[in-house]
Amino acid sequence: MPISPSASAVSLHRVAITFGSKVGGYTAVQNIHLEVLPGEFIAIVGPTGCGKSTLLNASAGLLKPSDGKVEIFGVPLHGLNGRAGYLFQQDALMPWKTALQNVAVALEPKGISRKEAEVKARDWLRRVGLGAFVDRYPHMLSGGQRKRVALAQMLIRDPEILLMDEPFGPLDAQTRQIMGNLLLDLWAANRKAVLFVTHDLEEAIALADRVVVMSAGPAAGIIGEFPVPLPRPRDIAEVRLEPAFHYIHKEIWASLRTEVQKAYAQGEEASP
Amino acid sequence: MSRLKLILLQVAVGLGFLLLWHVLTTYPILAPTRQTQFFFSTPLDVLARIWKEFASGEIWRHLWITLLETILAFAFGAGGGILFGFLFARREFLAAVFDPYIKAANALPRVVLAPIFALWFGLGIWSKVALGFTLVFFIVFFNVYQGVREVSPVVLANARMLGMNERHLLRHVYWPAALTWMFSSLHTSVGFALVGAVVGEYLGSSAGLGYKIHEAESVFDVTGVFAGMAILSIFVILLDFLVTLIERRLLVWRPAPSTND
Repeated sequence: MPISPSASAVSLHRVAITFGSKVGGYTAVQNIHLEVLPGEFIAIVGPTGCGKSTLLNASAGLLKPSDGKVEIFGVPLHGLNGRAGYLFQQDALMPWKTALQNVAVALEPKGISRKEAEVKARDWLRRVGLGAFVDRYPHMLSGGQRKRVALAQMLIRDPEILLMDEPFGPLDAQTRQIMGNLLLDLWAANRKAVLFVTHDLEEAIALADRVVVMSAGPAAGIIGEFPVPLPRPRDIAEVRLEPAFHYIHKEIWASLRTEVQKAYAQGEEASP
Repeated sequence: MSRLKLILLQVAVGLGFLLLWHVLTTYPILAPTRQTQFFFSTPLDVLARIWKEFASGEIWRHLWITLLETILAFAFGAGGGILFGFLFARREFLAAVFDPYIKAANALPRVVLAPIFALWFGLGIWSKVALGFTLVFFIVFFNVYQGVREVSPVVLANARMLGMNERHLLRHVYWPAALTWMFSSLHTSVGFALVGAVVGEYLGSSAGLGYKIHEAESVFDVTGVFAGMAILSIFVILLDFLVTLIERRLLVWRPAPSTND
């Protein structure tokens, strides 16, 4: 597959996604333009239900856009995106496999022998700090530990693009910070294009090179892109104390706030 | 409640029942003892009979026949249930076409099939295996069908994103999910396999626990009937215990069910 050096890792062009029939259906997102460069860390923030995950699923090939184009390294995407790894918000590990088996099985589609896969899986579990937990089943692990296994499972395949859907959403604040730092460490060692969806603006700024803000749904769009020129390597907890962080936060929040209020008002109308 | 207290109470209930039985059949309280003993026998007689059955070694052959029928009925029923449950869950079209017939077949009381099976397969073990099969098959079939259809969509999407094709999915996702559901119905299906075997023997055979009970009934040997029932109960409890052991071994990955103490 030819890769022109200028090609974006992920390129969404005029993408719209409608659920149900084209006439009476629900349009989640509309007219989306987004370029993710190789090695770039992009965070998408937006109010609940704005279709952030929908965009991710379109980039993964799990959803086919009803309009527009999705290109992966300059090649139009058909079917699943084989060059991307996906970290889900929910638990996606196979509950009947141990941590080691869950990670090792990710190499089976690549035709790597089980023995070799297990050696590599052991190494990856050690890298995410679970060296002592290889033989545990998912239900014996904490939420944070399960996310580490899922992270190892995704990274062991060495995908060129990482898609993450609020991966640390269900975790407590401390664990989120630890996981965020772990992710940044692993990413710094081997820079992939990252598309990271979150509803937590602080998390987005602390992690990303660029924060993309989406409007409230339905027919949500991108209403702003903000570069985050904070130096790397960053520490998730410490970077929040820097004046530049506050300045960026203020700027993005100004545009995000009205959308969050809009989404909230819609929720209030819909609930009774 | 402490475990010891629980066991003591359980034993007390059993002993209380036996004592009541003993008193009512040994003393002429409700009716003359001749009459009560004819209808209800006495616990000591039943115990003596059970002892005799085991001491003479006669019962082992019957236990073995019933066990063999149960195992065969379970193996064939579970195998067929898994195969068809899988097939129908993965091919919605088949499931839709056969839906009314499966429901109709499952609604049929299996006892009415026993004579037909005796006609087809003879009075040996295979007519009992067939009866047990019809009971086990549907339990496993419905469980596996449900299990495969309800595989978590997230686990499935994740497996696909890891590059798995249909063959990988079958091996790493669908198959373990189906097995889990089969094991969750293991107690029920082993129980039904035994029911099929015993009912089949009862309705026509020359060996097995069901045959023993039927034989005693036909000569109004109430002691023999109760002895047979008691042996059957112990047999069921042992079988169930064995199933629990197997289940614990095979489902280690499953979280322990929450208990409200």
